[in-house]
Amino acid sequence: MSTSSIEATSIPQPQRPWRQAKRAWRQAIVMLVVSVVGATLLMQVTGLAGVIGSYVAFALVFPVVAFLASMKYGKKAGQDKMASAIICLAFGTAFMPWMSILFTVFNRGREAFYSGFLTTDMLVNSSDQPLNMGGLSHAIVGTLILIFIASMVAIPLGIITAIYIVEVKGRFASYARFFTQAMSGVPSIVAGLFIYTTIVVVVFNRFNALAGGLALAILMLPTVARTAEEVLKLVPDDLRAASYAMGASQFSTVFRIVLPTVRSGLVTASILGVARVAGETAPLLLTSQYFVQLTTNILDGPMASLPTYIFANLGAGSDTSVARAWGGSAVLMSIVFILFVTARLLGGRNTKSRH
Amino acid sequence: MNESSIQKTESEMILPGIQQGVTMATEDHTNRNADNLQVNGSTGLEVRNVHAWFNKHHALADVSLHFPQNTVTGLIGPSGCGKSTFLRLLNRMHEFIPKAAMAGEVLFNGEDIYSPEVDPTEIRKRIGMVFQKPNPFPSMTIAENVLAGPKLAKVKVENKDELLEDCLTRAGLWKEVKDRLKASGSSLSGGQQQRLCIARALALNPEALLLDEPCSALDPGSTLRVEETIVQLSQTMTIVIVTHNMQQAARVSDYCAFFLSDGGPGQLVEADLTTNIFSNPGDQRTADYVQGRFG
Repeated sequence: MSTSSIEATSIPQPQRPWRQAKRAWRQAIVMLVVSVVGATLLMQVTGLAGVIGSYVAFALVFPVVAFLASMKYGKKAGQDKMASAIICLAFGTAFMPWMSILFTVFNRGREAFYSGFLTTDMLVNSSDQPLNMGGLSHAIVGTLILIFIASMVAIPLGIITAIYIVEVKGRFASYARFFTQAMSGVPSIVAGLFIYTTIVVVVFNRFNALAGGLALAILMLPTVARTAEEVLKLVPDDLRAASYAMGASQFSTVFRIVLPTVRSGLVTASILGVARVAGETAPLLLTSQYFVQLTTNILDGPMASLPTYIFANLGAGSDTSVARAWGGSAVLMSIVFILFVTARLLGGRNTKSRH
Repeated sequence: MNESSIQKTESEMILPGIQQGVTMATEDHTNRNADNLQVNGSTGLEVRNVHAWFNKHHALADVSLHFPQNTVTGLIGPSGCGKSTFLRLLNRMHEFIPKAAMAGEVLFNGEDIYSPEVDPTEIRKRIGMVFQKPNPFPSMTIAENVLAGPKLAKVKVENKDELLEDCLTRAGLWKEVKDRLKASGSSLSGGQQQRLCIARALALNPEALLLDEPCSALDPGSTLRVEETIVQLSQTMTIVIVTHNMQQAARVSDYCAFFLSDGGPGQLVEADLTTNIFSNPGDQRTADYVQGRFG
């Protein structure tokens, strides 16, 4: 028995038998082609036409083709493939409008871009001038300032609210939960009106960015608080018990054990809050308003922001100003995306190396 | 007023014959830590006529027990007889359960830990606890987990590295983790995690340690190491261990207390030297339980 030679020749290679073989991919492509042909035929027979019509025709044919193609492996396999096909179609149906928005915004916004678009403001240019003059630096800076003010108010307050509801379980916890839930239904213009009547009129007697940030904070707070509440509920009680059993106070337990455990979840809560308010226009119209110059004084005078920039340029009505509005939309979406990625990178690092 | 009247009637009615047996007469018995043991009823942990409730549910009735200093006491009994509730009464973890209530006295070195001027966090620093399920803090490394106690309880540590090595060595984990102290606590196996939790409890240098079925999720090898650790620790601290494993109770404990619930609140049936509980119990129900005839 030369066992060594057997071992030498039969060292198993790492395999992944659960992965789909190449044959399955070929089959999927054939299925797609057959479905497209089938859908074309269906469109000839029925009255379906246009982009939507062809998608509907494809959606009708594709599951049937998937079912028939897998029938040779039995009825179960056929049903499985048909279900997969329907899920793929559902995904496509949900995904297409989203892609369409993204594509349209960036495609139409492209017109407005030139080298100085991100670095100049509109102080010396009017919005109907050619697109190689002026820009939206004032709106970018303004939006970042407004988001910063709103975050500074709403994120700590939201997380503290969640801590009160989940950790402290104080006497008013159920009321706090009820009001945060109710607050998420407040129309954004009402939040703007509230700040207008209290801060803008009474305190400053003029538009200012601080008021705008506070109006956004009102809208951001319930999102942050409710998400943070759900996240804190995920912390197992074992960890709290372990902490208390070592003589930790509730303060240490919450800030050294509970919050670090769910750090990435709290970052998500904050991002959702920012995403909720970044595009809000209505509350800003009554608080920070719109201004053509880059300003950083948050206490005195109106301040531009991307939503109000878009609103003002759309209202101006000329071709170039509409193009500027599309450009503003593209920039706004990019900023939200960048904030999202940055927060994820900073906050997601709490899973320490496993070995 | 109301609670004390309940307590009085219960203590008069229930188990009149057992009362004399439950307070252990330590001076009568040779003890493996006889040198450390002060022959004084006020050292160690002493429990007098303790009751526990969850809302209206009476979970534990009239338990009186003495845990002499630097001994190991095993709490045995079938599930639902109030062992864990009793254990959590000993370091004031019971009160974290909403609508929990208690009556009676728990004396730690002669001081009632439930008296109003006592700070419960101070008590929990001095009476450590290890839970049934390993619960290392997932946001911390192995080293941070061990040193979490002093950090959380705001206790100054002179030499952190020394404390770290000392605690991990005493918990029997140092050799396995000394090269990966920066790894996450949850990267360890279940048995290692439990020993990490023991090391974490030791970092505050408690005078007593409560263990709630610490080995129920462990393999035999890890169990053995934890048991060795317990025996070693009992030279310097009072240990109370809840266990469902009779062999374990026999191996590690100096004394055993048998709890039982007959549908009503859990009661202490009998407490004695472990050898007596296993060879010559005073109550037939104890004999039946330790010989595996029920429960």
